[in-house]
Amino acid sequence: MTPGSVVRTPRWPRLSRTRTLGVFYVFLGLVLVFQVAPALSEERRRFLFGTGSDSVAWSFQPSSVTVTIGLALILFGAATFAERRLGRFVRGGLALGGVLGVLMILVASMALSPTKSTNLVPLFVQSLKLGSPIALGALAGMWSERSGVVNIGIEGMMLAGAGIGFVGYALMNGGSGGLPLYVAVVIAVLAGGLFASLHAVMSISFRTDQVVSGVAVNLLAIGLTSFLRTQVLVPLNADSATTLPEISIPLLSRIPIIGDQLFVAKPIFFLTFLLFGISAFVLTRTRWGLRVRSVGENPHAAETLGVDVIKVRYQAVIIGGCIAGLAGAQFSLETVGSFDDLMTNGTGFIALAALIFGKWRPGSVLAASMFFGFARALGVRIQLLNVEIGGFPLPSQFLQAVPYIVTLVVLAGAIGRAIPPGAVGRPYRRPR
Amino acid sequence: MADTGHPVLELTGITKTFPGVVANRDVSFSLEQGEIHCLLGENGAGKSTLMNVVFGLYQPDSGTMRVNGREMAFSSSADAIAERIGMVHQHFQLVPTLSVLENVVLGAETVRHGVLDMDEPRAALERLSADYGLPIDPDALVGDLSVGIRQRVELLKALYRDADILILDEPTAVLTPGEVDEFLSTTRELVRSGKSVIFITHKLREVLAVADRITVLRGGEVVGSTVPGETDEAELASMMVGREVSFTVDRGESHPGEKVLSVRDLRVLDNRGVAMVEGCSFEVRAGEIFGIAGVEGNGQRELVEALAGMRPVDSGDLRLGGRSLVGLGPRQIAELAVGHIPEDRSRHGLIAPFAVSDNLVLNQYHRSPFSRRLVRNRIAVESHAAELVDKFDIRTPGISVPVGQLSGGNQQKVVVAREMSRPLKLLLVAQPTRGLDVGSIEFIHSQLVRMRDRGTAILLVSAELDEVLGLADTVGVLYRGRVVATMAAEEADRGRIGLLMASGVEAA
Amino acid sequence: MTPEDRPPLVTTYQRLAPVTVPILAILTALVVAGGAVVAAGSNPLEAYWALIDGAFGSWDRLATTVGRATPFIGTALAMAFAYKAGLFNIGAEGQILAGALAAAWVGTWSWLQGWPGPVLIVVVLASGTFGGFVWGLIPGVLKARTGAHEVITTIMMNFIMALAAAWLVNSLNPVILRDTEVSVARTRPLPAGARLPELVSGTKLHLGLFLMLALVGLTAWVLEKTTFGFEVRAVGTNPEAARYAGMSVNRTIIAAMAISGAMAGLAGAGQVSGAEGHLSPGIFVNVGFDAIAIALLARANAYGIVPAALLWGALLSGAPLMQQRAGMSTDLVRIIEAAILVFIAGDVIIRYLFRIRTPEGTDGP
Repeated sequence: MTPGSVVRTPRWPRLSRTRTLGVFYVFLGLVLVFQVAPALSEERRRFLFGTGSDSVAWSFQPSSVTVTIGLALILFGAATFAERRLGRFVRGGLALGGVLGVLMILVASMALSPTKSTNLVPLFVQSLKLGSPIALGALAGMWSERSGVVNIGIEGMMLAGAGIGFVGYALMNGGSGGLPLYVAVVIAVLAGGLFASLHAVMSISFRTDQVVSGVAVNLLAIGLTSFLRTQVLVPLNADSATTLPEISIPLLSRIPIIGDQLFVAKPIFFLTFLLFGISAFVLTRTRWGLRVRSVGENPHAAETLGVDVIKVRYQAVIIGGCIAGLAGAQFSLETVGSFDDLMTNGTGFIALAALIFGKWRPGSVLAASMFFGFARALGVRIQLLNVEIGGFPLPSQFLQAVPYIVTLVVLAGAIGRAIPPGAVGRPYRRPR
Repeated sequence: MADTGHPVLELTGITKTFPGVVANRDVSFSLEQGEIHCLLGENGAGKSTLMNVVFGLYQPDSGTMRVNGREMAFSSSADAIAERIGMVHQHFQLVPTLSVLENVVLGAETVRHGVLDMDEPRAALERLSADYGLPIDPDALVGDLSVGIRQRVELLKALYRDADILILDEPTAVLTPGEVDEFLSTTRELVRSGKSVIFITHKLREVLAVADRITVLRGGEVVGSTVPGETDEAELASMMVGREVSFTVDRGESHPGEKVLSVRDLRVLDNRGVAMVEGCSFEVRAGEIFGIAGVEGNGQRELVEALAGMRPVDSGDLRLGGRSLVGLGPRQIAELAVGHIPEDRSRHGLIAPFAVSDNLVLNQYHRSPFSRRLVRNRIAVESHAAELVDKFDIRTPGISVPVGQLSGGNQQKVVVAREMSRPLKLLLVAQPTRGLDVGSIEFIHSQLVRMRDRGTAILLVSAELDEVLGLADTVGVLYRGRVVATMAAEEADRGRIGLLMASGVEAA
Repeated sequence: MTPEDRPPLVTTYQRLAPVTVPILAILTALVVAGGAVVAAGSNPLEAYWALIDGAFGSWDRLATTVGRATPFIGTALAMAFAYKAGLFNIGAEGQILAGALAAAWVGTWSWLQGWPGPVLIVVVLASGTFGGFVWGLIPGVLKARTGAHEVITTIMMNFIMALAAAWLVNSLNPVILRDTEVSVARTRPLPAGARLPELVSGTKLHLGLFLMLALVGLTAWVLEKTTFGFEVRAVGTNPEAARYAGMSVNRTIIAAMAISGAMAGLAGAGQVSGAEGHLSPGIFVNVGFDAIAIALLARANAYGIVPAALLWGALLSGAPLMQQRAGMSTDLVRIIEAAILVFIAGDVIIRYLFRIRTPEGTDGP
């Protein structure tokens, strides 16, 4: 990515990456079958889907489910050694193994909990809702980085959106809803864009190191929003403002079991998915998208074809900042109705992790964000279920650390290779 | 296009300076409709700068430019493209992660209802490809293409933009002699179909083969114009350099001694894990220069890096006087009296912001007398530097000046001085004169011959066939990672080697 | 290769100008932040005077300032050392916490308690150094072996360490490091023998200051005079040339990151053993960002870090008086810090504003 990248002479392993993963699957499967399964109780547990009359339930015995999953993992892992003959099945198997792994976590949590049954629908919906700000932040980073500008200032842009948007709201009508609320969302978006323009001016025009510029954006956002909070919000005593109202999508909200949970939600949540759809389309199917991709990979080539590299990078970074500002609004204006110092609480950095895990591609980035959202939701659920390991409650921090650990593993090349856009991190100097 | 009576392109009094350098001084140049006008000059003469001015990438400090008689001032390449000027850059300007088609349309996209339309451009590209005999797969990723095909994409990019004026910047540098001939005939084909071409090169043979008119640039100024019928290589050479040059290296007979380096069935992988050197075998003797000819990208870089210990040997054997080098690192190999002049001096050979003196001990800094018990000895480093600066005539304001501030020729002298200042059994030399002026080239060539005469075995890798033929006592041709033929210098002629470089086999 | 292909870090570093640019950057930042003061309806001169008075107005205030600056010296030095090796260690926050955690843990081992004070202090500091070392080693190994970029990995390592510390210190079931005798979450106090002596009683200025100053001298010496320092700088400036010259780039990267982490870890141990006597999670939040700002303000020069860290210490220790007298939120100093970083990092802005020429040979085609 950025500076001083080292060209190494990789010693190519005789064991391919797929097979390394395969070995890991087999190992995990053996552990599940011989270590985990016997330790789990034979008592049946139930996963519920929905409540009331139209709910569905799945009753299972944890130890036998564990054995089944373990055997499946062994099978998928072993399949990697017959990759030539099995072809695509191997990759599909590895992916399915990942899903089974997640299921295994749920099963094990249930088995270790004194609770007999739990409803998975809210967990699923909660995953999406907690994943939504991560996804928006990652989308912000995607636009910036696909154009060749490293953005570790997403956190700051989100915080600026959350803080300045809410300050605007409080100043307009003290947080009592109505039109000012929507104006405040616009202010939040613009605030994100403003902080992104600072990043753009520094890193594109003045060719400051992009990492340093991102750090400066973060520090400035922390300072400015804390300052505004004590100087403006505290005197106004605005801390329980009206938040954005829930909206219900016609028809979809009437789908049994999930409809009233998934399709009755707040607007920025829905916007997340819409923005991802639009972004994917713009990136691959429009002129500007093609130019963003070219500028992020080889700006000199784009320049010789008459593409204004500086302009395209400015546009991409600022659009990214606006999206980050919207993510910030999701915290203060959509969810909580107040603003606290450091409110975004590292979400911008998890978004960066999701961006890498999703390899800078819209669909995968969205999936990665939702997976991290799941890790957060599961952390909460595990607390509620009083899951215990070795007689002690499972610390919520373990699940909170999942996104970071996954990112380290991905960066180390253990699950696929994360190859960033070619020119990311390199300031572009226009020839004169 | 009808003959309008004035040149399609006319430059008058162009001056372009960069901090500390005058790249072009009062240059005037014109291009007539339907001609191939060769712009000749040695490295650093200002050819590329001038063409970047024409293409709108640089803005001149003074001077005027007329296109089809109208005065123009381009502020970006978009303006030049709009005036139907196209450029094939020496360093290809392609986006490796995009397809051929995407590279071609970039900057000149067709949009319908806000969405990219790729069907029409695809048809247009296929038409161009057929018209000019430049076959291409529009959906291939550019990153997967060979150098020759990438150049074709570059040319198609210009043609797709309806360029009438084509600037070809050193287009033959990466091609085999056979491909060069093919490219020259493509160029004539372009002119026949109504294009006008500016052909930039420093190769005299090509100039005489293809040009309608020749303009020679030296030190940023035009030193003369001529036509092929009225001149010859010798005259062009002296115009280009400013004095009589022979381009033949003055060297006596070689007296090869015992075998120093032997390479057996070597296999080396590149960074992607592709075998770039495979089944490669040859030997180099003491007191001879073994020259490797070959088109770039046939494994030269990987071969030299493996010999220098910078890249692992996948299989096969490397021996230096009977001792295997497999598995040794750069330091261990250097300590066996092996020197290495790397192909890219600013990337590998030097640390630009470091002082000249530090660069002169870059691979010996840790040894006595330059360091004692892990602490460096500045006095020893500096006296060593002063000595070499004097001996190798390195023009520098001082030994503590950052080496990056020296000219290219003097930077290379620093590398050469460092490598030749210790007794060597084997010297690995890659592209030793790339980008240098003729004076520095002559100096470095004479130093190589001097090393040879003192009994060092020298492995010379160069993309300039003339350099290999001029220096080597034995010539090996590298084709797809293998030395396909070895011959004494007397038996090596351009035609035979050209064929071997292109196909790997001798003529039937 | 043309100059623009050189890593931007290194070109930033090369553009090091004399002290004028940093000083002008600080002044410009104060002017900009002054705008915020005016907007909030106060007098910036009054606020700044209170800030200066609060930081330097008495011996105790001065001691507090120096005490606040002490850990910044270590973390900024850590950042600068890695920077010389071409690495951007954003992980000082995780590494200082790793060091503090290790020190707080080892310092309370019961079987150590009878040992003489100096030995105990050395053991505590060494464990802190080791904790930071390990937390720097991991991203170093990842970078060298797999190419994983250290900026991202160190950010991830920061969060992992923050969560680990939160768990170890907060957890009540089981009790791991938590002091159950106080209501707030913090570790058990270090025994008196394991505490670095205070230099000025009642302030948080402790002997760790001299430790940090010694570290500054040592770092400068290693970088400038030793072969290892030459290797570090060579790898940081042009890793490919370093490899060509026979240096082990991977080993140097790993060593530089681990040493960098160790420096931050030592700073953390110094805080636990000196200023605090225990560890509360969260006391080091954003220290990593501050370290970057300080190291850049000092132009990654080891000696320059001392005044730069003092400035940070002064801003933090002067802020409460500023709040009291001028009614300005202490968060104003955060804005000042960020603005300093903006103008230091974008020194082109300062050079443009004050017409300072960029040194020869860094601009051009």
